[in-house]
Amino acid sequence: MPRVLWTHLMKDLRIEWRSKEAINSMLFFALLVVVLFSLAFDPRGPFSQSIAGGVLSVATMFASVSALNQAWAREIRHQVMDAQRMAPTPGAELFLAKVLANFLFVTIVQVILAPVFLVMYNLRVVGQAWLLAVVLPLGTWALVANGTFFAALSIRSRNRELLLPLILFPIFVPALLAMVNATGGILTGESDPGMWIKLLTGYDIIFTTVSLLLFDTVFNAE
Amino acid sequence: MKKLATGFYAAIVVALMVWGFYQAIYVAPDESTMHEVQRIFYYHVPNAIVCFAFFAVSLLGSIGYLAFRRSNPEWAQRADAWALAGAEVGVVFCTVVLITGPLWGRRAWGIWWTWDARLTTTLVLWLIYASYLLLRRFAAGPQMQTLAAVLGIFGALDVPIVYMSNRWWRTQHPAPVFGGDADSGIKDPAMLAAFGWNVLAWFAWGVLILLLRYQVERKHQKNAALEAREALESHV
Amino acid sequence: MSGPARPAPNAQLEDVSKLFGSFAALRQVSVALEPGKCYVLIGENGAGKSTLLRILAGLLRPSMGQIQVFGEAEPHDARDRIGYMSHAPMLYDELTGVENLSYFARLYPDRECLEPAEALRQVGLDPKLERPLGQYSQGMRQRTSLARVLLAQPDLLLLDEPFSNMDVESAGQMVELLARFRHSSRTIVITTHQRELAAPIADFVLALKAGRVARFEAGNPTL
Repeated sequence: MPRVLWTHLMKDLRIEWRSKEAINSMLFFALLVVVLFSLAFDPRGPFSQSIAGGVLSVATMFASVSALNQAWAREIRHQVMDAQRMAPTPGAELFLAKVLANFLFVTIVQVILAPVFLVMYNLRVVGQAWLLAVVLPLGTWALVANGTFFAALSIRSRNRELLLPLILFPIFVPALLAMVNATGGILTGESDPGMWIKLLTGYDIIFTTVSLLLFDTVFNAE
Repeated sequence: MKKLATGFYAAIVVALMVWGFYQAIYVAPDESTMHEVQRIFYYHVPNAIVCFAFFAVSLLGSIGYLAFRRSNPEWAQRADAWALAGAEVGVVFCTVVLITGPLWGRRAWGIWWTWDARLTTTLVLWLIYASYLLLRRFAAGPQMQTLAAVLGIFGALDVPIVYMSNRWWRTQHPAPVFGGDADSGIKDPAMLAAFGWNVLAWFAWGVLILLLRYQVERKHQKNAALEAREALESHV
Repeated sequence: MSGPARPAPNAQLEDVSKLFGSFAALRQVSVALEPGKCYVLIGENGAGKSTLLRILAGLLRPSMGQIQVFGEAEPHDARDRIGYMSHAPMLYDELTGVENLSYFARLYPDRECLEPAEALRQVGLDPKLERPLGQYSQGMRQRTSLARVLLAQPDLLLLDEPFSNMDVESAGQMVELLARFRHSSRTIVITTHQRELAAPIADFVLALKAGRVARFEAGNPTL
C-alpha cells in the first residue's frame, strides 16, 4: 500500500478511535431502523425471511449517510480541507483512504448488528451462508465508495448534509437491488444470487474507477 | 434573423403536432385488444424516446464542460448551458412518460403502477436527473457547474446499470416496439405512420423547447458576466 | 535603477480580479513578490486581503488576469513550495500537536521537512504536550498552525492574520521567529489589522481598499 494512502488511513482511524462518532451514531441509527421496521411490518414466520435482506440493506444505507457526512465534515471544520488541497499528494489517495476507513466502520457496525438482527427476525439461513460474506462487503463497498464521493461533492454546497442522500440514493438503486436480492436469495435459498453478485462486482468496479478519476476535479472545484 | 428562424421553426413544430394528433386520434385504426386507450401509446413512447435523446445532450454538455473549463471558458459555458437545458427538458419529457404510463396501465393491466423493469428504470432516471437539478440549485458559484457536470456523468453511467438490474429483476412491460421478438410491436402501416409522425412531432417540439431553454441560460450567463464587469468597474 | 539585476519574483499578479457573483473582491491587482522580502498586507475587512492570499495559494482562481507562482501559471502546480495559514487552524481537533504535524509532514514526501517536535519548539510550544488540539488555547492553536506552515519550509509563506487572538508579547515572539525564518530565497506575505506588530520585518506595505491596491510602498507600516 502506498505510504501516503496508509498515512491518510491511519489518521482517519486514529481520529475515529478517539471520537467514536461515526461508529456510535451509525450503530444506534441502524438499530433504530431495524426496530422500527420490525414494529411496522411484524416480521413473523416466512415473511421475515423474505424482507430481512431488504431491511438490513436499507438500515445500513440510512445509517451510513450520517457517517459519510461526518467523514468530510471533519475536514471542513477548521478548514483542514484547504491544507489537504495544498498538500502535493493526489487527492485520490485521500479519497481512497476515506473509503477504506468508512468501509471498515460500516463493516464493524454490520458485524455487531448481525446477531441482533438474526435474533430479532428469527432468521435462519437456508442457502449458502458463506456467500453472505461476499455479498455484504460488495454491497457495503458500493455504498461507501459512492457515498464518500458524493459526500465530498455535497459538502461543497450550501445544504451540505441534506444533499447527500438526495444524490446518493438514486444512483445507488441498482446496487441496492442487487444487494437485497442476493441476500434474500441466500436467506431463503429460493433463488441463485450469482447473477446479483456479478452485477454488484461490476457496479463496484465501474463506480470506484470513475470516482478515483473524477475525485480531484471535485476536490479542487472552486 | 435568429428570431425569424425560431418563429418559422415554431410554426412548423405546431403544424407537425397538429398533424401528429390527427394521425393518432383519427387516422390510426382501433387496436383489437386494448381499443381506444391504446392511442396513448402515440404519446407515451415518443416522449420516452425523446427524453433519452435529451439526457444524452445533457451528458455531452457535462463532458464538454469538464473538458473545456480550463482551456476554453467560453465553450465550457456553452456546454454547461446545454447540460442544464438537456436535463431540464429531459425531466419534463420523462414526467410526461411517467404520467401517461399509469393512465394506460390502469386500463391495460388493471393497475396504475407496477415495479417492472422499464417503469422502475424510468422512475430512477427521473430521480437521478431531479437530483442533478437539485444540486444545481443548492450549490453556488462556479464550483456548482463542475460539481453538476460530475454528477451528470455519474447519473448517465448509472442508467444502463439500472436498466440491466431491473431487467433481471422483473419485467411486465410490453416488449420493445422495435427490435423485440417477432410477436411484439405494431405491424399495421397506419399505426406505424401515426407513431412515426408523433415521434417526429414530439422530437421537433422538444428541440424547440431545448433551444429556447439554452438561449435563456446563455442570456443568464451573459447577464451575470455583464453584472460582474459592472461590479468591477464601479467605485464602491 | 542601477545595481545588480533584480532576481525573478517568486510570485506575480497581473491585473488580477476576483468576483464572487457580482461582488468584486479584487479589482485589477498587479504586484510582484520578490524573494527575500516580507510584504505586509493591510486594509479593512472585506478589502480583499484574504482573497489575495487564497489566490496566491491556489485555493481560488482569479476571475480575470494572469498569475504566476514560481514560474507556474497555476499556483496549484507549485503548491509544495507554498505555505498557507488561514484564520482557522487547519488542523484536526482530535490529534495532538505532534500527531497533526507528523501527519502533514508525511504528505510532503519530496520536501525536506522539519522534525515535528523541532517545529513545535520553534514556535515556543512543548512537543511533549499530550493533549489533543481541541483542548489547546486559541493562541496555542495559532502557534501550532504556524508550525504546520513552517514544516515543509516553503519558499512562499502566506499568513492570514497570524497575530489575531495573540497578546503583544506572543506576537512579538512570532515576529522574531519569522525574522529568523527569512531567507534570501523566501517571500513572506502577512495580512494584519495590527500593522505596528509586523513593523519590524516589513519590507513593503501593500494597502488594499475595496479590492484595489491603494498604496504600495517600501518601509515601515506605522506611517
